[in-house]
Amino acid sequence: MEKIYYRSSHEYIKADGTTGYVGISEYAAKQLGVVTYVDMPEADDEFGAGEEFGAIESRKAASDLFAPVDCTVLEVNEDLESNPKLINENPLEAWIMKVEISDPSQLDDLMDQEAYDAFCASEQH
Amino acid sequence: MNKALYSNLVFDLSRKGCTGYSLPHYDYGKAAGELPENLRRQTPPSLPEIDEPSAVRHYTNSSNNNFGVDTGFYPLGSCTMKYNPKINEAAVAMAGIAPLHPLQPVETVQGALRVYRTLEKALSEIGGMAEFTLNPFAGAHGEYTGLMVIRRYHMARGDEARRRVIVPDSAHGTNPASAAMAGFDIVEVKSMPDGTVDIADLDSKLDETIAAVMMTNPNTVGMFEKGIPEIAEMVHKAGALLYYDGANLNPMLGIARPGDMGFDVMHINLHKTFSTPHGGGGPGAGPVGVRAGLEEYLPNPRVSELPDGTLAIDFGADAFGRVGAWLGNFTVYIKAFAYILSLGSENLMRVGPLATLNANYIMHSLSDLYEQPIAGPCKHEFVFDGLRDKSTGVTTLHVAKALLDYGFHAPTIYFPLLFHESLMIEPTETESRPTLDAFIATMRKIALEASAEPDTVKNAPYTTPISHPDEDEAALNPVVTYRQLCAKQI
Amino acid sequence: MSRHPYLPHTEEDIQTMLGRCGATTLDDLYADVPDALRLKEPYRLPAPMSEPELERYFADIASQNRRLLCFAGAGFYNHYTPAAIPSLMARSEFLTAYTPYQPEISQGTLQYIFEYQSMMAELTGLDISNASMYDGATATAEAMLMAVNSVRKKRRILVASTVAPAVQQVLATYAAGPGITIEVIPEDGGVTDRTAFEAMLGAGDVAGVIVSQPNYYGIVEDYDGWADTCHSSKALLIMNCHASTLGALRSPGEWGADIACGEAQSLGMPLNYGGPYLGYLCCRENLIRKMPGRIVGATTDAEGRRSFVLTLQAREQHIRRQKATSNICSNQGIMTLHAAFYLALMGAEGLRKVNTLSYNAAHALADALCDTGMMRLKYPDKPFFNEFAIETIEPLSADALLAACLKKGILAGVRLSDSSILVAATEMNSPADIALCAETVKSLKS
Repeated sequence: MEKIYYRSSHEYIKADGTTGYVGISEYAAKQLGVVTYVDMPEADDEFGAGEEFGAIESRKAASDLFAPVDCTVLEVNEDLESNPKLINENPLEAWIMKVEISDPSQLDDLMDQEAYDAFCASEQH
Repeated sequence: MNKALYSNLVFDLSRKGCTGYSLPHYDYGKAAGELPENLRRQTPPSLPEIDEPSAVRHYTNSSNNNFGVDTGFYPLGSCTMKYNPKINEAAVAMAGIAPLHPLQPVETVQGALRVYRTLEKALSEIGGMAEFTLNPFAGAHGEYTGLMVIRRYHMARGDEARRRVIVPDSAHGTNPASAAMAGFDIVEVKSMPDGTVDIADLDSKLDETIAAVMMTNPNTVGMFEKGIPEIAEMVHKAGALLYYDGANLNPMLGIARPGDMGFDVMHINLHKTFSTPHGGGGPGAGPVGVRAGLEEYLPNPRVSELPDGTLAIDFGADAFGRVGAWLGNFTVYIKAFAYILSLGSENLMRVGPLATLNANYIMHSLSDLYEQPIAGPCKHEFVFDGLRDKSTGVTTLHVAKALLDYGFHAPTIYFPLLFHESLMIEPTETESRPTLDAFIATMRKIALEASAEPDTVKNAPYTTPISHPDEDEAALNPVVTYRQLCAKQI
Repeated sequence: MSRHPYLPHTEEDIQTMLGRCGATTLDDLYADVPDALRLKEPYRLPAPMSEPELERYFADIASQNRRLLCFAGAGFYNHYTPAAIPSLMARSEFLTAYTPYQPEISQGTLQYIFEYQSMMAELTGLDISNASMYDGATATAEAMLMAVNSVRKKRRILVASTVAPAVQQVLATYAAGPGITIEVIPEDGGVTDRTAFEAMLGAGDVAGVIVSQPNYYGIVEDYDGWADTCHSSKALLIMNCHASTLGALRSPGEWGADIACGEAQSLGMPLNYGGPYLGYLCCRENLIRKMPGRIVGATTDAEGRRSFVLTLQAREQHIRRQKATSNICSNQGIMTLHAAFYLALMGAEGLRKVNTLSYNAAHALADALCDTGMMRLKYPDKPFFNEFAIETIEPLSADALLAACLKKGILAGVRLSDSSILVAATEMNSPADIALCAETVKSLKS
């Protein structure tokens, strides 16, 4: 069963067993504005939880992207190279990288949908 | 101006066989052998072919699509867009600099070196520093240079653990970027509600890993950092050095010197405080001054004075390195020096107070309509957090664009990052009261119009050569050369 | 109170304005500056100078500078400046503008930067150019940082020893911060040692290789196959070239280089005792997001009109702060107008002629100096362009030669060692100039 988790820096990971899809949340996509570029990692890159794995740019802003858990990159979403706006259209479908999760128990350190919604509400004030 | 005729790129004007140059037909005697084929260019560059009158007309008309300080009021906060005196430009021609090769013998460039040395001394007097290098090419380059001096200082003391630099969250973006290039990690210190540095937060972050604290004073919201003597003491006690970002030096002319405030290293933007033109992005100059004890770490080459008064060029063994091929943007020094000589001591003393008066005058004349987030007298600039009336949806961006229709340059917008709708106004001392009054009247008109007819303001500008360029498209699908432009057919 | 033309307020203005601010004196506006910090006396600087006095002052400065017949190069060349250029660059609509943050009223600046980018891309044979770097040395340093930032975890940079010493020193300085290791590829007979290069590259971990063309000695090096060799090790090839010579020499794009950088002063910019000059930086399209500095892009406005804007700003320091590709903000601005205007007036044909004249002048001068019997080329079997290293034959020394020429108002070159100098010529040197230089050397025979 696929379940979604969030990091406080607004990355999500949709996890199913040890496979995960990492992208940015709807809230973050909205804050950023029209996404103009995604700096993506390469397959086989390894990242620790909290490690920077790329960056995302709009015209007036840029944010680093952080790995939610220890992981190895299986694939990056090449559609984003030619069409980064996909992230604005549907951030939860426009994942940035597909990963192998090293230790699924780390997912418990992240926020679930409900906790994340509350977190975003508090950030707006 | 005929837009249809003159809105071309120079490439559009190219006609095969046209010539825009005038070269001699020298015969050097026996022909030199040619370079081997594989070392020669295979395909000639695709450059325009254009006659001189057409080219001159092209750029002249293009200049009419531009706005400079000579065109009108330019209240661009943090950029100190003061008038650029014409004698400065004339001085460059008079000083006989143009034909001088950087590597010609020092005895043949004593005039040039005299300008360098005398300006360096004048800046030391104004900054309260022991010595300056003029070599850095721009403000950010000065920051980098200053931080490398600091890095060298700590290393010379064997204090290699100092690898971090503290930067306020209100700092110019160049501060953290320059520190990163100099190899430092960045520690951010918070601002208080009045925009000044949170001294308690700063204190908690000072330890034996901190190499320097970078400050702008007055800071980027135009407030004087009153706590500076205490901050300097704390920083020095922790073994770190205090860096002065001279971008906001203008209001301090005639009032106080960074050296006396306790700063160890500083840079000055000659294209801000010392009136040299910004040239649509440069060239600038970012001289760096240091307190006594740090001179030896300044970058090479150095200009020094021999006992008999002649000037020499040295390469010191303790310098941290070299930041450019020679002594920097030389003609910029002549302009800045002419400015200092023209004003003289007595008028330089008035620059800061008059710049501050102009800023306060505008602030007091508009704060009923624009939100003033920080109370109290500002220095040379101040920040509004957008319009007071937030119900109209008219943002700082809209106000900025609306100003363009009235013949004013926009203020700096969305900086500093402390406020959502930052609108940062810096008038400088060279603006007359009628100019300021006209600007104030326009700002009031826009504010009232924003409430009455918000869409009219939101759709501005109406009278400019272009309006509402699609900047998202420019970033999504970059077209940065004529070749790409032809492929895309814009 | 004294009056000054740059300070427009009358005493009455000041009083009225203070009144609106609720202040009585200008000092009231500085109540927050602690007394202990306040200046107690005026700056120890001269009294104001009037314009006539300034003219005298700078005329006196000029009298302490000496214009010489220039045969010096070493990276900075005395080329012809079309008269139209300084005339246009003085237009205050261009000169007194800031960075084009408001595209609606900055199309003039944005358009010439776009033209500059286009022409530099053509000249280097690469896809894109930025809107300028400070000078050739810092442009090369930024190219080095680009190379390191475009690959993961590679920290070695190889630099040919035939790159100008000043550029090498700036590279070493910029390498210190990010902890880049620079290794110098040795030279052999005035050119980069290819065997050494391949061995050093083979040792791994190399992000970029920096070579120059023409090199410091004026020699045109053969870089055939270098790009492939670099790419097979996933290193970038960076070429530092004098811009003007690219009109005649095989371009970095044609050599297969990834980045071209260097000094564009040779595009007819006055020597001006070292500046302002113009650093250029061009690269292949895939490196655009790693490019430092400003970039102008074309787009359309709401009415479909062609428009130019600053673009890809998310790379820059005002957005990305310490994560920016560089700290550069102010750059060489209006010098790109000089370059664009120069290249437009010259065209490919004018540039070819400048290069042919310079090449012929330098070769004629080399022959004439060798014919004196008192000098010989340092690298006689290597092809040179408009500059060459030449040795003095004993008892003549480099210092004696330079001093004798200086007496005649000739800057004969740049000293390399006790017995060698670097000599350059351009289209500014007539056959008579060359004869005068050779005659002066010959007169030292006795």
